[in-house]
Amino acid sequence: MLDKNGVASLEQVKSRFPEQTRLLKPKAIIECYEDIPCNPCSTSCPFHAIEIGDDINLQPRLNIDLCTGCGICVTSCPGLAIMTAELRENRAVFKIPYEFIPYPVVNSVWSGVNRDGKVICDAIIEKVSLTSKQDKTALVTVSVDHKYLYDFVTVRTKNE
Amino acid sequence: MRILKHPILDFPIKKTIHFKFNGIEYEGLEGDTIASALYANGIKKLSESIEHHRARGLYCAIGNCSSCYMIVDHVPNVKTCITPLSEGMLVESQIGKGALK
Amino acid sequence: MINKELIIVGGGPAGLAAAYSAAQTGCHVLVIDRNPQVGGQLIKQTHKFFGSEKQFAKTRGINIAKKLISDVQKSELVEILCDATVVGLYPDQVISVLQHEEYRKYHFNALIIATGAGEKMLAFENNDLPGIYGAGAVQTLMNLYGVLPGQNIVMVGSGNIGLIVSYQLIQAGVHVKALLEAAPKIGGYKVHASKLRRLGVEIMTQTTIRRAIGEDCVRQIETIKLDEAWQPILGTENIIDVDVVCIAVGLTPLYQLLAMSGAKLKYVPELGGMVPVIDSLHQTSINNIFVAGDVSGVEEASSAIVEGYLSGIAAAANVGHRQSDYQKCIEDYQQQLKALRSGPFGAKIRAGLQKIEVEADAR
Repeated sequence: MLDKNGVASLEQVKSRFPEQTRLLKPKAIIECYEDIPCNPCSTSCPFHAIEIGDDINLQPRLNIDLCTGCGICVTSCPGLAIMTAELRENRAVFKIPYEFIPYPVVNSVWSGVNRDGKVICDAIIEKVSLTSKQDKTALVTVSVDHKYLYDFVTVRTKNE
Repeated sequence: MRILKHPILDFPIKKTIHFKFNGIEYEGLEGDTIASALYANGIKKLSESIEHHRARGLYCAIGNCSSCYMIVDHVPNVKTCITPLSEGMLVESQIGKGALK
Repeated sequence: MINKELIIVGGGPAGLAAAYSAAQTGCHVLVIDRNPQVGGQLIKQTHKFFGSEKQFAKTRGINIAKKLISDVQKSELVEILCDATVVGLYPDQVISVLQHEEYRKYHFNALIIATGAGEKMLAFENNDLPGIYGAGAVQTLMNLYGVLPGQNIVMVGSGNIGLIVSYQLIQAGVHVKALLEAAPKIGGYKVHASKLRRLGVEIMTQTTIRRAIGEDCVRQIETIKLDEAWQPILGTENIIDVDVVCIAVGLTPLYQLLAMSGAKLKYVPELGGMVPVIDSLHQTSINNIFVAGDVSGVEEASSAIVEGYLSGIAAAANVGHRQSDYQKCIEDYQQQLKALRSGPFGAKIRAGLQKIEVEADAR
């Protein structure tokens, strides 16, 4: 329960996903479930795909047609609440924010973790990007089995 | 223990500073406060409470609470969390009330 | 006696913002800070801030500090005095300052108190053991001095500070075993809680710390669950091995200089404790004494910055530096504050501010 342990329900998570047919290209999944005064996702999107408006307490609304899944919002969100998701055949491919060292290494296999902090699957690290604009928030592209589309949220090293 | 690598911050290597705590030699780094240098050496108990001699250490670490008083270079009631460490400093636990001689 | 047009006590985000906006009007400013460097609590905030662009959203606190400091350093009209503690504030517009064992007096035309807030403590058995620290203290150790605070930590308090510092502890390589919250719900932003939960941190609501166990420092804590009436439920005690306990149960304004000035104060729990009664320009009941930042009510840094800009131009106007766009700027800052406080998280602040307004109107 979000209020008690920070874990969004499956219903809440699914409400942030578009129809699976739209995920043939990567799309932003914005898990901002609360009205808080914040709008960098909206002001950072170069395609104006995220709308908040004058009242910055309102939750962001994504225009799925304008979203290219570039991932700029992912590393702009101060709450690290955004990721992109894409379906490629039998894999779900995500771009997630990551702020720990050591950074994941490309082609290594890490553990895929769900919102409750439990290891649920293997995750293949496909790409790690860290540009100065991202300001120390790495953007990690990771693929898991597509059946974990609504469960996967982050990666953890297998040593832990 | 020192943090050597951090995902957001840089901790460059700094000059070593030598000081004594209760007669024993320790090392700190340039930029340390007395309390942070002691902490890095694993020392959390700094002094004792006046009446009941209970262990005392840091609480706020920014100079508000007065929990970290020690005797420094023979001067009592020094807030060690905001006092910079310097070479050759003599740091002692303050037992009882501090007395200016 | 040294005369200054505008003196600002406290060089944190509110004080720096006030210095910048006042200097823009042509006012000479002296900022006095008791620390070796200005920047306030921002210098240890490694996370990206919320708010909007005007309040430096998506910028890390440490970089907001650098930006505010560089803005102020560019102005020839701003002087900064560090390692200097304001120890007295007198009715004839005089302050006394202690710096490096030297004691000096300054006379001001206008004064802005931006002394911020300090950490509250929680009452429980053995809460005085070394190893039990304010969450800010742990942040200071790891982010300012690069010292690892511990190996196995429990955080008490699920407001934004407790949630954010827990995340920063994990970034520093510390194992955060649990986060305790006495209330039935998490107090801070849920996005912070979500970040922690996916890192495996156990968040325990309706749970509090009953006692700490240890001789010269804390080794274990005993937690207990609370019922709907906040009463401990016997039989739910649990022991957790720890080497450090962080207490993040809120901040309270550092109002002591204001008490010396004779400014009207009021106890407002929603704002963190004793706060000055102020008007919409942040002037206290004493003419030419203004406040900005957490000392006027504990909020976020974004509000502190805007309050700084506002009180800076208001104080400068009081001493003869009123720009042509003064009214427009004041309205813009008031609108920004309103926007920051208009959501559900602003409800407590709004309730607290209403209590102050009632007092101010009654004057």
